Formats: sequence, C-alpha cells, structure tokens
Amino acid sequence: MKPFTVHKGRVAPLDRVNVDTDQIIPKQFLKRIERTGFGQFLFYDWRFGADGKKSTDFVLDEPRYEGASVLVAGKNFGCGSSREHAVWALADFGFRAVISSSFADIFANNSTKNGFLTVRLRDDEVAELMQRAQEIDDYQLTIDLERCEVRDDRGFVAKFPVDEFVRHCLLNGLDDIGLTLQHEAEIVAYEAHHPVAANLTVPAE
Amino acid sequence: MAQPAGRSPIIYIDLHLVHEVTSPQAFDGLRAAGRLVRQPSRTVATVDHNIPTEPRGTPITDLVAAKQIAALQSNCREFGIRLFDMDSPEQGIVHVIGPELGITQPGMTIVCGDSHTSTHGAFGALAFGIGTSEVEHVLATQCLAQQRPKTMKIEVHGRLADGVGAKDLALGIIGQIGTDGATGHVIEYAGPAVRALSMEGRMTLCNMSIEAGARAGMVAPDETTIAYVKGRRFAPRDQEWEKEVAYWRTLPTDEGATFDKVVEIDAAQLCPFVTWGTNPGMVAPVTGRVPETKGLQDSDRRAAELALQYMALEPGKKIEEIGIDRVFIGSCTNSRIEDLRAAARVAKGHHVSSKVRAMVVPGSQSVKRAAEQEGLDRIFQDAGFEWRESGCSMCLGMNPDILQPGERCASTSNRNFEGRQGRGGRTHLVSPMMAAAAAIAGHFTDIRNWKFQ
Repeated sequence: MKPFTVHKGRVAPLDRVNVDTDQIIPKQFLKRIERTGFGQFLFYDWRFGADGKKSTDFVLDEPRYEGASVLVAGKNFGCGSSREHAVWALADFGFRAVISSSFADIFANNSTKNGFLTVRLRDDEVAELMQRAQEIDDYQLTIDLERCEVRDDRGFVAKFPVDEFVRHCLLNGLDDIGLTLQHEAEIVAYEAHHPVAANLTVPAE
Repeated sequence: MAQPAGRSPIIYIDLHLVHEVTSPQAFDGLRAAGRLVRQPSRTVATVDHNIPTEPRGTPITDLVAAKQIAALQSNCREFGIRLFDMDSPEQGIVHVIGPELGITQPGMTIVCGDSHTSTHGAFGALAFGIGTSEVEHVLATQCLAQQRPKTMKIEVHGRLADGVGAKDLALGIIGQIGTDGATGHVIEYAGPAVRALSMEGRMTLCNMSIEAGARAGMVAPDETTIAYVKGRRFAPRDQEWEKEVAYWRTLPTDEGATFDKVVEIDAAQLCPFVTWGTNPGMVAPVTGRVPETKGLQDSDRRAAELALQYMALEPGKKIEEIGIDRVFIGSCTNSRIEDLRAAARVAKGHHVSSKVRAMVVPGSQSVKRAAEQEGLDRIFQDAGFEWRESGCSMCLGMNPDILQPGERCASTSNRNFEGRQGRGGRTHLVSPMMAAAAAIAGHFTDIRNWKFQ
C-alpha cells in the first residue's frame, strides 16, 4: 500500500451531503474484474450526459479544479454500498483524501486499505474549507498525517482524529494481511476450540 | 480472538459469503501473494448481482458480466470453495440462501463483500459488510482487524397494525434517526414488536440497518430463531444440535445492559411508508404528502430540494396521487416466501394497471420453487405480474432489469439513491403489500383500505 504521510494539493468542493457510493461509481462499472482504471467513471452520472458526452456543469470538470487531489464534501460521505470500487475510483482519478464532517463506516474502512485518507473535521471547519475552495483560485491544503492536521497557507489549521493503528499502517504503507498472519499460532489455537458449525467443504468427487 | 497492543482487536470470522462482484480483485490479490483460502469450510459463494432473471439457459449477452461470473467460477474451482452457481437448485441472493440453507446460525461472526450482510443479524449473529481488501484479508486469514463499534438499542414497543410490516418498521426507524443516525454503531432491535416478527421479518429489519448507517443490526435469538434453523441443510444435528441450541440460549443481551444510544419507537405510531426522495431516510406516511423543504436547515434543505428535483415531485403533493410506471418485488430486503405471500394476497383477483410493468423476482431458486408449489406464481401471472428467475435484479440494476430514464418505480428494495435502479429512474421504497397494491392501482394506495379478494 502507498504510504500517506504529508500531502499538499489543490482542493475541489463537492457541496452535497450523503454522497453515496452509487454516485461515486455507478453499478454498470462494477463488472470489471480489475482493480485499476475506475477513475474515468468517477461520479459518472453527474459528469456525463445520458449520451456519454461530458456535461459542462459538474464542479470537478471546471478548469479551476483540474488536478485537484483533495475533495471537500458534505456529511455522511460514502454511504450505501460496500463497493471498494468507490475508493479505487477516487484514488485513480487523482484524489488522495476526502474531507467531511462524517463518513460511512465501510467507506472509511475501505479507504484505509488503499492509502486514501478520510479526514473528519467539524461541520463549521468543513463549511469554511468549502467556502475557501469555492472562492479562492488554486486553493491548496496540506494534509499532515504525522501531525493529524489540515492547514492552508492563510492561517487555517484544524486537527483531525484518526485511530492510532490505522495511522501507523497508513504512514508506513503496511499490508495488514501480513500483520494478522503474525498471529498464526493464536488463529490455530482458536480454530482448535471452535469447530466449524456449518461445514461448507466441497465434497470430494 | 487476539488484542495486540496498540492495534485494533482481531476477530475470527465464522462464515464468509462471497459473490461475483466484490471478489475477483481479492482472489487476484491472493494469487499475487501466493496465498491460499485459509478455510474453504467456512466460505461459500453464489452468483446473484449481475445475473439475468430471464429463464436460465438464456445466454448472458453482457460479456463483461459473463466474464465476472466466469471469474468467480474459476476462482472457486482453484481455491476449493463451494459455489451455488447459475444452474444450482439452491442459487439465490447471498443473504437469502445463507439463512434458508441453515448456513447462517446464531452467535456467528459473518462477513460478505456486500453492505446488506447486516441481514444475518436477524439470527443474533454479528454480520457486517466489508470491501474487497477485507474480503482478501478474510480469505487469507479467516480474521479481520476491527475497531470496537458503539452500541445502540432500538426498542419497539407495542405491536404493528395490520398492513404495517417489518419494512415499514425499518423505514419508520430510518425516517426518524436518519441515514447516518447509527453510523459507527451496532444496533440491537428489541421490544415486543420485534419479538413478534417472524425470522423473515427480522431479516428485513436487520437488512435495512446499513441504511441508517449502522455497522450491523441484531435481534437476540429466541424460540422463533431456533425453530427456523432446525432441520435446515447445513444446520447442526442430533447431539451437536442440542449443544448449539444451549449455546444460542446464552447469547441474548444481559438484563440491565447499557448502550451508547437508545431509541424508543411506538409501533402504534407506524403506518405504511413510502419514500419520496433519494435516500431511505426521506419517508412519508402513505396518507401524507411530499414534505415542504422550507423548514429544513441549510445542507438538509439543499439535499431535499435536489432530491425533489431528481424525483420530479413538488412539496405538498399527496403520496397517494403519485402515479407509477414500474413495480419491483424482490431484493435481499423483500424477496422471501412470506414477502411473496403477502404480495400475492394483495394481487389475487386483481389486475396490474395498464400503465404499469410489474415484476416479481424471488430471492432464490428455493423460494421460487416454494412459491410455485403454493401457486403464487399463477396468482401473480394471472394478475399481470412477470414471474422471473432469482437474483438481485432491479434492486441495483447490474443485470438487464433496469428503469428507463424518468420511469417511476414502487420497489421493495432497500435504496432509492439517484440512478440506483437505472439512470434517471425514480425509486420509491415500500413494503411488498404496498408495491403489489401500487401495481394494481397505478399509484400508491393505503394497503389498510385494500379490498382483498
């Protein structure tokens, strides 16, 4: 996993609440069996007309937000389906982090597995950043996971909470399957005392 | 199972359910790392999300979907996982077949790369949805690192009136606490109205937990649970059964236990609900009107205005005057035999409105067979409903069952998000009885006044 330490980048505002994963990556793109290439379909129904032509009025496609790598959005971002494709699409599009006042659990969890940061700030802080991103040309934010801090070069500074272990994994780009497998002896011991309740083993032919 | 210092607790996963959409990249990850599936005995797969509901044997014309199904078939062969495939008599929606085969049991930890895994909480199991990276993690280790969730008790007093079902209870709860009302929490549903629900009703209720943002939803196992599991194909037998039942009886929450949050609901205040907007918290009583947006706060008002614009509705419009084009009875929320019986009871002796196309998609092949044995298929077809093969179908429209732009649908599924059932499609979530009644009337109508025949 790509480590996340400190990132500075252009900010794009998505001033909507309850942005669900069906919007982030619509279902028709979930049939792909690869993990890559989802960025082109990000927010597809909002960015493209029914004829497949790019619509002109979606915020991410305004020239001033080109190359943005930090998204600021309304509360309850990432609600709905568990599709990790939502995180893959955001990351593949070029985003490294989303700032909101709340995130759906599964989306937040999926993010941590992809070196992608969900930054939780207070409502008033999110509103302030939303406004700055809308009003200031080439508005940039620094997201500093080492200090758990978001700041701009105009005096905005806010701390954000993050689970200490999640932070450790993100900072170091750790593969958590490897970490769990360090507990092999405990897993084996647990399995010895917890027999399979519904044996699904495929019968030998 | 383990609590490493400075890290999230590691829990053991008793049952891992797998389907075609969220697993291919996880199997690729295993291969790339040279890992195996640790416990095929605790892993089971089916195809449900993108399969057509045309008669089985009809070729899959969507080549990308066909490739995804083929990938699951070959992954299951390679890693030794039991697969209830397209042609299996037990194929069905993963959250329907787990319980009906007795694979889902009280006290288990259950995961699946699907947010509606919360369904299995109906058995007093801790069941929650995960993403593909975690699917890979469970395949490789049979474990997951999990932060401890907060707890919420939703106590439902009294009893549900006739015509008001588990779906209305779920919609009523989400309407009250909001789509993020339970974020970070595991819900325990309790109280007499929950106790009185059948297992299928409890599954409907727990299924919708995720729509309130909850990590999982649970109902404590009781005699209803035990009677449901008994004798099912993968359920324990004989001495093993006695031992398991004794364990299951120890699972209910201790008297006087405390919760991080408690919500009280009066069942008598609930009625048949219809969603009017683009998230499941935007609900109104069938006797009500599309709400005014003026009184709402900034971001909520904007969200409501955008929702009404998308849904092409005006504040103040009577719910019963909203006409519909399509009806979908199905999904992991409402496609079990009791759902189909309830809808068939409404449909019997009536005919679908000439303006409406209505489809019934049983949750599994077993549900379909049971319904056909009872003659429900005839009732539906005589009334002008389509009777189709099992799968997720128009709940999320990954297969050819989708709404056309602008079409308005009464749906027994779980999400009314923009474009969920097809780009530009407008979804109203309702119970199976309400959906059947809407199909016949051509608009929403209060099932409590229905003329059953």
